[in-house]
Amino acid sequence: MTPLAASVAQSLKRRARWSVLEIAFWVAAFASIWLLPQKHLILTETAILALFALSLDLILGYAGIISLGQAAFFGTAGYFAGLVAKYGLINDPVLALVCSGLVAAALGFVTSFLVLRGSDLTRLMVTLGVSLMLGELANRYSDITGGADGLQGVTVAPILGLFAFDMFGHTGYVYCLSVLFVCFLVARRLVYSPFGLSLRAIKGNALRSGAIGIPVNARLVAIYTLSAGFAGMAGALLTQTTAFCSLDVLSLQRSADLLLVLIIGGTGYLYGGLIGAVIYKFMQDWIATLTPQYWQFWIGLLLVVIVLVGRDRMAAWHEAARAALARFFTRALAWRRRPALGGAAPDGR
Amino acid sequence: MLTILFDGTAYGMLLFVLACGLSVTLGLMNFINLAHGAFAMAGGYCTVVLVNRIGVPFALGLPLAFLATALLGGLCERTLYVHVYARSHLDQVLFTIGLVFMSVAATDYVMGSSQQFVRIPDALQGQFNVFGIGMGKYRLLIIVVCGVLTLALQLILTKTRFGSRLRAAVDDQRVARGLGINVGAVFGITFAFGSGLAGLGGALGAEILGLDPTFPLKYMIYFLIVVTVGGTSGIIGPFLASLLLGIGDVAGKYYVPTLGAFVIYAIMIAVLIVRPHGLFARGTAR
Repeated sequence: MTPLAASVAQSLKRRARWSVLEIAFWVAAFASIWLLPQKHLILTETAILALFALSLDLILGYAGIISLGQAAFFGTAGYFAGLVAKYGLINDPVLALVCSGLVAAALGFVTSFLVLRGSDLTRLMVTLGVSLMLGELANRYSDITGGADGLQGVTVAPILGLFAFDMFGHTGYVYCLSVLFVCFLVARRLVYSPFGLSLRAIKGNALRSGAIGIPVNARLVAIYTLSAGFAGMAGALLTQTTAFCSLDVLSLQRSADLLLVLIIGGTGYLYGGLIGAVIYKFMQDWIATLTPQYWQFWIGLLLVVIVLVGRDRMAAWHEAARAALARFFTRALAWRRRPALGGAAPDGR
Repeated sequence: MLTILFDGTAYGMLLFVLACGLSVTLGLMNFINLAHGAFAMAGGYCTVVLVNRIGVPFALGLPLAFLATALLGGLCERTLYVHVYARSHLDQVLFTIGLVFMSVAATDYVMGSSQQFVRIPDALQGQFNVFGIGMGKYRLLIIVVCGVLTLALQLILTKTRFGSRLRAAVDDQRVARGLGINVGAVFGITFAFGSGLAGLGGALGAEILGLDPTFPLKYMIYFLIVVTVGGTSGIIGPFLASLLLGIGDVAGKYYVPTLGAFVIYAIMIAVLIVRPHGLFARGTAR
């Protein structure tokens, strides 16, 4: 290996190292299983939303594809998971989850060729059109999907044959959080790989990345397919934990909310979707208790304010807050371990 | 068959009046305005209040709706939209979707969530029978009004000085600015005018399209289809696209009612795959 390649490899490895803050985030997430047992229902929804937002972050934050149609994959896989559980085709939830993800990924692969062409607006329209078409189809074939009444009579078998879903959502939460964590690990491995770097290059300038030998279209197809798979798994999780699936899994509202979630958290660093989901869910919960009917207004206002303030300015705040937190954690840990070496750890991403 | 064609034409004309402001906005500033339908809804509610509650005659209610919405549009443009022009498309989408949500909830709060009807004068109800085809008088009125508007727009765009400034700004903003055209002012006026047209369309269409607080969300996709399929380089493209859409939608709902709007979305995706910049776009894509 030449010295240059070695130093590049080393700097890539350094970027990919787990920082203290990330570990703290996941420790906190898993601690919530024991610390917040009465909040498990909303936490389950949060974990699902986080996975869904993670899927959008992969294409929006890393590949720069604006999509208003992630709900297409979410809903398709949601219905798939509901149907296989209802008719007992695949009894094990984990296997059903993986299959739903594959179905969504297949749909993503087919539709990915539609988003390769045209400008942002064309992409927006095509992704939106696909999800609306699926919505119409689900409405049309109401004998299969249950139409406006939703898919009734879904019974989900215990996970791995051992853990049955309970009405307080304890099992569901542990299940969703574990799936989220596994998917996150996959996504994290991916975006720090050369593949992830090439995606960032494409987002920066598709023409130039083509010129330096990156197969732009193939990369976009790959990431779009993967993202569809993640979105599908989120949809399947929703069906499995609620034992219900209705037409609104395919609605425009769902895709628009998803964009909001990701924007609250920030794009392009993987945690945006997760943090955004937590903030969004608890904010929704809070606003909905204040004004149940008009919470949409406040969501809209929030979007407008976010854009007017400027996402780059918000990103700077994020950065500052994160740096402060990281400094705090490193210092706390270093002080615990060996006070003499305090502050020696460089804070990596 | 001819009735479908007739209804479809009326519907398409209406869509054109609703959407042409959007196509100019998009072509001129490359700005994605998903909140266009909110202005149409404002026009519709304005007419409802004027005609039903205050008792203004219908014929006067329409121009008033136009003026009110144009004012509203101009105001929003100057205070809100100007900050977002230079931003990325993602920001524009978020911003305007936020506006849509706010307008939906605010209308729900002020006017209630039930569907509203404009009281149409008796003279406009009923049908003519021409060669055995039933033609609704109201639909005929829509076709006439929208047809006249389209002609007027085309004349303004091609024959007046303002029109040539506008076209210059659409074609190349920087050069237009260099030639001393005040692009910002041109855009502000166009935006207000386009919003006014949307408001007029909303007022006219309240009877056919239905008017309730979710109007902007329901029809947003239709406006966008008109614009993306028609292209943004003139008003002929969107005009033909809206006729196509109107007739296609009415025919689709008549022949395969269970599939609903599926036909329209399928057509749109097919068109966008073949011609990503619209059916009637000029050769070079920017």
